[in-house]
Amino acid sequence: MGDIGSREILRLSVNGQNQELLVKPYTTLLEILREDLRLTGTKHGCEAGECGACVVLIDGTPQLSCLVLPGQIEGSDVTTIEGVSDGGKLHPVQQAFMDHGALQCGYCTPGMVLSSKALLDSNPRASAEEIKEALAGNLCRCTGYVSIIEAVEDAGRAMA
Amino acid sequence: MTTVANDPNVELRVIGKSLPKVDSAGKVIGLTAYADDIELPGTLYCKLLRSHLPHAKVLSIDTSAATAIKGVIAVITGDDLPIKYGIMPTSEDEHALECEKVRFVGDPVAAVAAVDEETALAACRAIVVEYEPLETIESIEHALLPPSDEPIHDYAGPGNIHRIGALEFGEVDEGFANSSFIREDVFFYEGNTHLPMEQHSATATFVGDQLTLWSSTQNPHYVHRALAKVFEMPMGHIRVVAAPHGGGFGGKCDPFSHEMVVCKLAMITGRPVKCTLTREEVFYVHRGRHPVMMWVRTGVSQDGKILAMHFRTALDGGAYGSYGPASMLYTGALQTTTYNIPAYRFEGVRVFTNKAPCGPKRGHGTPQPRFALELHMDKIAHSIGLDPVELRRRNYVKPYTRTINHLRITSCGIEEATDRVIEASRYYERKKRLGHGLGFAVSSYMCGAGLPIYWNKLPHSECVIQVDRGGVSLYCGATDIGQGSDTVLATVAAEELGLWPTDIRVVSGDTGLTPVDLGSYSSRVTFMAGNAALQAAREMREILVGAVAEKMECSPKDVVVGDGKIGELSFEDAATLAQLRHGVLTTRGTYAPPREIGGRYKAAGVGPSPAYSYSAAVVDLDADPYSGEIQLNKVWIAHDIGRAINALSVKGQVEGGVYMGLSEAMMEGQLYRHGLHKQPSMLDYKSLTFFEMPEVETFLVETVDLEGPFGAKEAGQGPLLPVIPAVVSAVYDALGVWVDEVPITPDKIMRALDAKAKGREGRYGPKSFPQISYPTIVKVPPFDASSTAF
Repeated sequence: MGDIGSREILRLSVNGQNQELLVKPYTTLLEILREDLRLTGTKHGCEAGECGACVVLIDGTPQLSCLVLPGQIEGSDVTTIEGVSDGGKLHPVQQAFMDHGALQCGYCTPGMVLSSKALLDSNPRASAEEIKEALAGNLCRCTGYVSIIEAVEDAGRAMA
Repeated sequence: MTTVANDPNVELRVIGKSLPKVDSAGKVIGLTAYADDIELPGTLYCKLLRSHLPHAKVLSIDTSAATAIKGVIAVITGDDLPIKYGIMPTSEDEHALECEKVRFVGDPVAAVAAVDEETALAACRAIVVEYEPLETIESIEHALLPPSDEPIHDYAGPGNIHRIGALEFGEVDEGFANSSFIREDVFFYEGNTHLPMEQHSATATFVGDQLTLWSSTQNPHYVHRALAKVFEMPMGHIRVVAAPHGGGFGGKCDPFSHEMVVCKLAMITGRPVKCTLTREEVFYVHRGRHPVMMWVRTGVSQDGKILAMHFRTALDGGAYGSYGPASMLYTGALQTTTYNIPAYRFEGVRVFTNKAPCGPKRGHGTPQPRFALELHMDKIAHSIGLDPVELRRRNYVKPYTRTINHLRITSCGIEEATDRVIEASRYYERKKRLGHGLGFAVSSYMCGAGLPIYWNKLPHSECVIQVDRGGVSLYCGATDIGQGSDTVLATVAAEELGLWPTDIRVVSGDTGLTPVDLGSYSSRVTFMAGNAALQAAREMREILVGAVAEKMECSPKDVVVGDGKIGELSFEDAATLAQLRHGVLTTRGTYAPPREIGGRYKAAGVGPSPAYSYSAAVVDLDADPYSGEIQLNKVWIAHDIGRAINALSVKGQVEGGVYMGLSEAMMEGQLYRHGLHKQPSMLDYKSLTFFEMPEVETFLVETVDLEGPFGAKEAGQGPLLPVIPAVVSAVYDALGVWVDEVPITPDKIMRALDAKAKGREGRYGPKSFPQISYPTIVKVPPFDASSTAF
């Protein structure tokens, strides 16, 4: 190994599973998810908090996992894209993204789904303007956003 | 290839439906493994050391301190990878690692494989490179001057000229002499980048004598060729796998340094080696939209018919050749596919500068001249007192005609596309008010390049379908980069075999498993790979129907195929029956463009395509006369898709093209200062977000092309093209000033308004086109059907 440096124990729950991990204090949650837990559904597009590809839910709130350090999430409940569907049954947001063609390359999709889920969990009847505001931190280069708004509106109707 | 399937009235079961893409289920649950998600046991991690100088000789590289760092397994420099490569055979000017000189900030000079990225990065920092700085060339004008020390490259030339050419079709001087009105305009299109959400990533293994590379590439076949050249290995010992793809837009079309480097490091270390670029590196790798200066002169008759056009372009190519020879020609090739231009002269030049290399971005070389041409048409219309839409209509090409530069036009929905957006936007019914504007523009794009990038007579697309008791597998080298090519291939096969698209297992983009397809560029997959899949599927259908007809003791034409059944048998039973008779069932399809699609002159390879898509757009916006801020209200777009294979996917491609066009028009630009990229981050490099994106109303015009699979044409690139000029035209409509340069930012609008307020021309844009010594014009004889290039 290279320079190991000091490490600390991090306890948190990821998708309902308790985890106890030995991590460097400056490791990001993104790295912990992708590299330590091999949950590669969470994507990276910039690792600087600019693109929204790495959004996960921390205690139900969408957060950029590339900007979150272990000290901020001790004891937290983290939901990644792998924890959104109910077993084999897709979450209404996931189903709506498929049905509306709201994904093309799919790389922004995990972040989009989680930001959308967080919005609809608290406000299933979100208007198009509210959807735009909630998702404005998630960039997509394929869809032009139009179909994503349609999908989130549709998912909201299914969840209401 | 006229077939019953291309009858516009034929009833189709799955073609044209709005169905989820076949690969979307994995993507919504986060299970799709993109290139950086691939993690092999024992992987080493690679980082590249890149030049911090824009132009410099490399005097020495000392890697000893890096090698001594604990956890560093291997360090390589250009000496380890001496063979040059490049996507175009005429411009193989790249080393994976440069050891003699660097040509832009970001040019790689050394690479490290270590136990983790952190260690690899620390080792890169410990490498000592001694440079001797050279003059930095940063603009087209500067590159056209004789270099004060040495040119950026020691080939091509003179000076920093990479490619230069001049062609003439028809009698241009005569056309101008007969014109009752002549207009000249100058435009500038700032360069911009693809900004795919996924950073490029590659992993290589070398086991026995077999090299395998998994990469986020759009063109595994061309990477395969480049690896064979660089490593002097037989192609049969190399396998390139295009991993599920996180966005390309042309940015992952070249063979890249990091791909060569991980292969070399895997050979040296015997372990898997992975390299994932940082976002900053993605900006340096670039290969995006060329900045282009343009000058256009057009003569029209009294009734607005174009009689002659002279188009000049100068492209800022950045530091390497990339697709540059093609890019340069594309800035002059497709002006003729929307308007009937009876006499046409094109002069183009591409220069090297010390900036990240430019290449193909969505629309490759055509958005820039399209922007110029459409605004030029607007200005001609205003000059001669004709409605801009009417001027265009008077010059539209007709279906099944030949352009003056020998391009074969087949199906053409430009008239209908125009009607749809003009009607839907109530273009003629709007009430004029200051600050509100509508802009209209049209465009055309290819359904695949007519020639491969390297000269060969082989098919452009090949496809194999295999059926056994395990189901249907379709193998094709095409790469799904998110545009939905796997879905297109599955849908085409499903239609023929009476199945559903998700019943077809598509294996694509793997040079070890799939027959060659040239790649996902030039909007070629639906038309070319789609036709290959159709041929293979039809042959498979015949085999299955034949077996069932024999059992049912009826004629094959009485066997109905559909809903998972072949005649009275389920598909599985029919497949088993046929397999008992023939063994494992495999069929194949191939596609090569027809010979007669283009001409035979030098440079005729750029522009020909088996078909052209057509788009028309109206943009509605508000432009604030006091701040220059633009608020996009709505875009209407009509696209001649031939026939939609999957209407939902086509709508997605169209909306995505509109978005990217708006974003380029409004804000995207690659800016440099002293050779340094000014905004190599997603925050500083602005792109449209949910907030700025307006409503889009999409109309699909179905002209049912006679040669497209089920009549289909492309959707991936064409719909971007009319959007950019339509935005600028709408700003003129709103404020009465021209901004002849994109992106059309508020400061440019304010400067044009200031100029107008001071009594000068209400315009912002380049004042003149550079003085360029173009070569003697090659006068191309008229098209001769008996003598074609293909």
